[in-house]
Amino acid sequence: MFGWFQKRRSKESLKERLKLVLSYDRAKLTPGKMEELKGELLGVIAKYFPSEAADYDVRFEQHGDRMVLMANLPLKDQKKKPTSRR
Amino acid sequence: MNAKAIVVTSGKGGVGKTTTTANVGAALAKLGEKVCVIDTDVGLRNLDVVMGLEGRVVFDLIDVFEGRCKLRQALIRDKRVDTLYLLAASQTKDKSSLSESRMQETVRLLLEEEGFDRVVIDSPAGIETGFQTAASAATGALVVVNPEVSSVRDADRIIGLLESREIPEVRLIVNRLRPAMVRRGDMLEVDDVLEILGVKLIGIVPEDEAILISTNIGNPASLEQGTAKTSASQAFRDIARRIRDEEVPYLVIDERRGFFSGLRKLFGGA
Repeated sequence: MFGWFQKRRSKESLKERLKLVLSYDRAKLTPGKMEELKGELLGVIAKYFPSEAADYDVRFEQHGDRMVLMANLPLKDQKKKPTSRR
Repeated sequence: MNAKAIVVTSGKGGVGKTTTTANVGAALAKLGEKVCVIDTDVGLRNLDVVMGLEGRVVFDLIDVFEGRCKLRQALIRDKRVDTLYLLAASQTKDKSSLSESRMQETVRLLLEEEGFDRVVIDSPAGIETGFQTAASAATGALVVVNPEVSSVRDADRIIGLLESREIPEVRLIVNRLRPAMVRRGDMLEVDDVLEILGVKLIGIVPEDEAILISTNIGNPASLEQGTAKTSASQAFRDIARRIRDEEVPYLVIDERRGFFSGLRKLFGGA
């Protein structure tokens, strides 16, 4: 019944894969190095926010002509505070 | 395009560089331009056979570079269109005399001394010396891409290299598009490719058996008369006209389903 939903159109998957691989190519960074960067970044964050869960997202995004390294690091216990401390 | 020297390149092999060079070159000549197509794929020359001129090669690009003949002696005149000329690549393995300055000087002589309106340079695959030499003499580029993973990735790399060479006019040709597969969602559409690569479009060429057949007999398809509007040969003729800054609407392969109509609105005449 869900077969139709599961069988994604192959070009959508190709498009996603291409965007990802080209972001690494353009940044001249390998996915392995990216994982390393992510690991080190999380290490630094954990030093200052020891209780945080590691549902962090670090990736490249294309913003017009520029590649941007996006790090989305939500802080669990800071929700109710009036100003964000990023 | 303002560029009088245009390199045809792709990074990946087998996507249609040589076919594009032969067909666009022939179509430009048919429109009245004096055109020289140059094969820079030293050691693996093929533009001569694709154009059906293999029997007439006496001197080649390396002979010109090494001074064994005059430039004019190495130009092979096409019998079908008398403003079309070929400068063949050499079949030798030795590429040591390939140099950017010799290439630039040869192209300059063709444009300034020999009276050519346009030089179309067929680049070898890859990003090494051959490609660099071909690109060094160009002020415009046609990047040929097939709508599949490795071709798009390599095209992105090539576009980066062309930009670092500060080639002002870089245009994209999406070659071997299969409309039925696009409709099924199993092939990238032209606007997907444009979105990913971020370069201006100049041509959409459908997959077409007629291209292989015309290559078999060594007659560029764009020279044939009375072909269907949706044929690859028509697409190559359209590219030639767009190079000459004519406004030519893009192919509408299946109007009812409309997958090209949006594109036509976006790029028609651009």
